Amino acid sequence: MTVATPRELEPQLQEPLQPAGWLRYFSFSLDHKVIGLQYLVCGFFFYLVGGLLAGAIRTELATPLSDFMPRDTYNEVLTLHGTVMIFLWIVPVVNGAFGNYLIPFYVGARDMAFPRLNAVAFWMIPPAGLLLISSYFLAGAAAQSGWTAYPPLSLTTPAAGQIVWILSVLLLGGSSIFGAVNFIATVLKLRRPGLKLMQLPMYCWAMLGTSLLVVLSTPVLAGVLILLSFDIIAHTGFFNPALGGNVVVYQHLFWFYSHPAVYIMVLPAFGLVSEILPVHSRKPLFGYTTMVYSIMAIVFLGLIVWAHHMFTSGTPPWMRLFFTIATSFIAVPTGIKFFNWLATLWGGKIALNSAMLFSCGFILNFVFGGITGITLAQVPFDIHVHDTYYVVGHFHYIVYGGTVFVIFASLYHWYPKFTGRLLNEDLGRLHFVLTFIGFNLCFLPQHWLGLNGMPRRVAEYDPTFSTLNQVSSVGALIMAISTLPLLINVVVTALYGTPAGDNPWNALTPEWLTTSPPPVENWSGEAPLVTEPYGYGQHQPAGPSSHPLTPAA
Amino acid sequence: MTSISSSSAASAASGSTASASTTRTDSLLPEGSEHLASQESADAHHDARLFGLATFLVADGMTFAGFFAAYLTFRAVNPLPEGSTYELELLLPTINTVLLLVSSFTFHRAGQACRADQLSKARSWLLVTGGLGLAFLAGQMVEYFTLPFGLTDNLFASTFYALTGFHGLHVTLGAICIGIVALQTRPGGAISASSHFGLEAAELYWHFVDGIWVVLYGILYLL
Repeated sequence: MTVATPRELEPQLQEPLQPAGWLRYFSFSLDHKVIGLQYLVCGFFFYLVGGLLAGAIRTELATPLSDFMPRDTYNEVLTLHGTVMIFLWIVPVVNGAFGNYLIPFYVGARDMAFPRLNAVAFWMIPPAGLLLISSYFLAGAAAQSGWTAYPPLSLTTPAAGQIVWILSVLLLGGSSIFGAVNFIATVLKLRRPGLKLMQLPMYCWAMLGTSLLVVLSTPVLAGVLILLSFDIIAHTGFFNPALGGNVVVYQHLFWFYSHPAVYIMVLPAFGLVSEILPVHSRKPLFGYTTMVYSIMAIVFLGLIVWAHHMFTSGTPPWMRLFFTIATSFIAVPTGIKFFNWLATLWGGKIALNSAMLFSCGFILNFVFGGITGITLAQVPFDIHVHDTYYVVGHFHYIVYGGTVFVIFASLYHWYPKFTGRLLNEDLGRLHFVLTFIGFNLCFLPQHWLGLNGMPRRVAEYDPTFSTLNQVSSVGALIMAISTLPLLINVVVTALYGTPAGDNPWNALTPEWLTTSPPPVENWSGEAPLVTEPYGYGQHQPAGPSSHPLTPAA
Repeated sequence: MTSISSSSAASAASGSTASASTTRTDSLLPEGSEHLASQESADAHHDARLFGLATFLVADGMTFAGFFAAYLTFRAVNPLPEGSTYELELLLPTINTVLLLVSSFTFHRAGQACRADQLSKARSWLLVTGGLGLAFLAGQMVEYFTLPFGLTDNLFASTFYALTGFHGLHVTLGAICIGIVALQTRPGGAISASSHFGLEAAELYWHFVDGIWVVLYGILYLL
């Protein structure tokens, strides 16, 4: 606290708001590290909620008949599952948690650009989440129209639950926008003197790109949901065909946000995995510059491909052609990143610890999800599998096999920084094996189910699909069990784990050049200037595999 | 601006490392980069708030862009029921447009006066701006009460009220901000020639709201 930052020119703002010890995690703290961990723990709580909902779905689908719960309850469950997992677990954690914790370190700042806005953005999430879940109990019925809330379905299902859903998503969207404004300002305006943009760790670029997407697309979702709530409350007819409205306009505006939302969920994961791979393979990140341009290309292309979700919505031929080509183009920057990761690993001195296992699992799952994504961009194929389990399988390979694997990898990688203690490796590997097997067992069969015509979002199905559905449900059970070693590991390690020291991985990125856990203002002295965050194998004695394939970027 | 930034850089530097330049990080700094460095950090700390507001306004603008896109699509593909029309009375909204454009100019003059340390002049310009904003809102109200259609009459009516209403909310918020800023320019208030972020933020926001209105006027009334 001997270090003056501009924020400290008004010190009275922070001091009374900071309770000591663990209580600060329940306070309106302005410390970016506290806020990051608040996001992480809050997100993980909602992950467990969403996981229970997923368990309910897979239990229902273990048998062809709708015998576990009533059909409308099933609709509520699948709606809440999707909304909770996307808006309360993946987006807040992969952006808010790791972004808030790491970005100030990476730019060499003592905090985010707007600490109070940051705290406000976090504290919008718990009420929004509780509001969403409580709609099941309070409003009589939760929303039943899926996380897409397509009209006219969302106009005919119980209105109170739908309105609560809209309110909750608007709050979460607002939180997301505030966070994004903060990230953009922090990366562009708060860099340590002397630190150039092209010297930033890759996660900064990923968060910059993601935040641009949030700023440009989330407000459109807010706008369309406001119009939808008008339709529900005031009986206007924006999206009600009976009143002269147009449902396809809703779809366009919805997907203008919700396709970029996939990149909002996965680009930060790209950034995180780009931080983890070089550390544990002791090699510079391959192709830094191409990585940066790929991220920006994905941001741009991500904004102009939304209608590939609407090939069955009467889209005119020119639109189909344009969106097929644009979507297929995304494979190029994504492929560049994929090969860069492989080249980073290539010839590296790889430590196959839990963080690395999850990262490699991510690469494997993500490339599979990417390939099924390319198939879905092709109009004839897409029309065949539209609204089937093929889409469900593809989507979960991206967001679970992709992003959630990276969240776990990041947890193992940065837990020593958060707490000063290493997570148990044996439990970590058990966690990985169970997650990897469970995940693939759960979602791989869904591709076959979809190709054979099993529709999504139904509580009952044709008995010919029952074998593969049972395999999928067993996979879901294994995934549920895989949470146990993680929970045990996190709780027990925090209390009794091996002390990690300040830099257990011998990493070069700035967050490791301070104590673990770091002091309130991040560094006791001046922020270090790290211009080569991936300079592995250069100033070290030559090992068996320290031959960098590329000069450090 | 330069005098402010350099002084704050100096204060930050003097506070930051009492035993300056003994840390190993300083030795990593190339010779001669200090000048560049202090300027960068100073800019950062003074510009980030306006930059943040501008970023947020981009987001806000995208909400309007979504509404505009919806309106234009509705208009292109959804025929209105028999007897309804897109025609609107032009006189009042045109006067309103002029009021808002003039208010942008008066706000600009307020900013100039404030930077020139003429706070009472700035306050007068702010009050004129706020008055113009209120006059716009009054005009909007008159228009609402004289229009031949209501919110749920047809798709055009709904979109019209949604768009102008959402914009009107922005004007209302802007007028409130102007009132607060005008109060802060009183002697002893929070705004002075050297510290006027609140005024600059309100000005940026007000120009944004005016710009949105020009687009809105173009596509709702003129198209």
